[in-house]
Amino acid sequence: MNSSVITFPGSNCDRDMDVALKKFGFKNKMVWHDDLELPKSDLVVLPGGFSYGDYLRCGSMASKSKIMKSVLNFAQGGGKVMGVCNGFQILVEAGLLPGVLLRNKYLEFICKNVFVKVNNKDNSYFKGIKKDTLEFHIAHNEGNYFCSKEQIKEIDDNNQIALFYSNEDGNINEENNPNGSIKSIAGIFNKEKNILGMMPHPERMIDAALSGEDGSVFFENLINNLR
Amino acid sequence: MKVSVIITLKKDVLDPQGKVIHQTLDGMGFDNINEVRQGKYFEIDTKEIDKNKAQEKVEEMCKKLLANLVIENYKIIESQ
Repeated sequence: MNSSVITFPGSNCDRDMDVALKKFGFKNKMVWHDDLELPKSDLVVLPGGFSYGDYLRCGSMASKSKIMKSVLNFAQGGGKVMGVCNGFQILVEAGLLPGVLLRNKYLEFICKNVFVKVNNKDNSYFKGIKKDTLEFHIAHNEGNYFCSKEQIKEIDDNNQIALFYSNEDGNINEENNPNGSIKSIAGIFNKEKNILGMMPHPERMIDAALSGEDGSVFFENLINNLR
Repeated sequence: MKVSVIITLKKDVLDPQGKVIHQTLDGMGFDNINEVRQGKYFEIDTKEIDKNKAQEKVEEMCKKLLANLVIENYKIIESQ
């Protein structure tokens, strides 16, 4: 399985993602934002970070990078594209996912472990995943998912919600919603479910000694689904 | 031609920064405020000399980059 991680100026989780993808069997290539062509890929990842210093709006500049034309073509042709944290912000700014990520409700940069509940397993990212709730890490200032009432209905109707913030038992309520996201949304798909954007970082949870291993559960399952 | 644009948050979008500014102003004694909404202001100096053309281009810039129309409105307020 071939993967590509795009590095934008200000990306800072790109190498962590590289380590995670390789650990679970992907042949990963790093791709610079100024390149025009994507290498042959089964999965393209937009990593976390602070691309272009979060100027104007998070992800807005990166969404207009040269490489994004190829990413758009790849995604619109059904290619798997995953955006984590800033990568999620880039995907919404590129119009590949609906909605937008606003500043966190309580204006705090949040950096902690959270639990997320998998809402939809009928897709390449979560099909057959052994756990219903996963412990991931979040680190963001703008993770407050927002969209219009009409959009949220459409997202719901099309089963596009990938992950909810929850507690360990999978309970979803305002208490377990760290940033004020509508419906506690932590991650969403496009209609076709080939594009996934999520605020939590699975790549930070792949080492039993350093963190938890729920990221390992995610990546192992993902590569099995793509094979 | 210089074109000025303001970008504001749409009505139903939460503006936590505006809220905190409101609270701070309130604490400073400006206690008769109903609401504060924060926005952005841009001055774009273009090479275009025709006013309408300059405004058209800036409008395109707003739609493509300066504003996110899911949450924001833009308004060209001045061209000179």
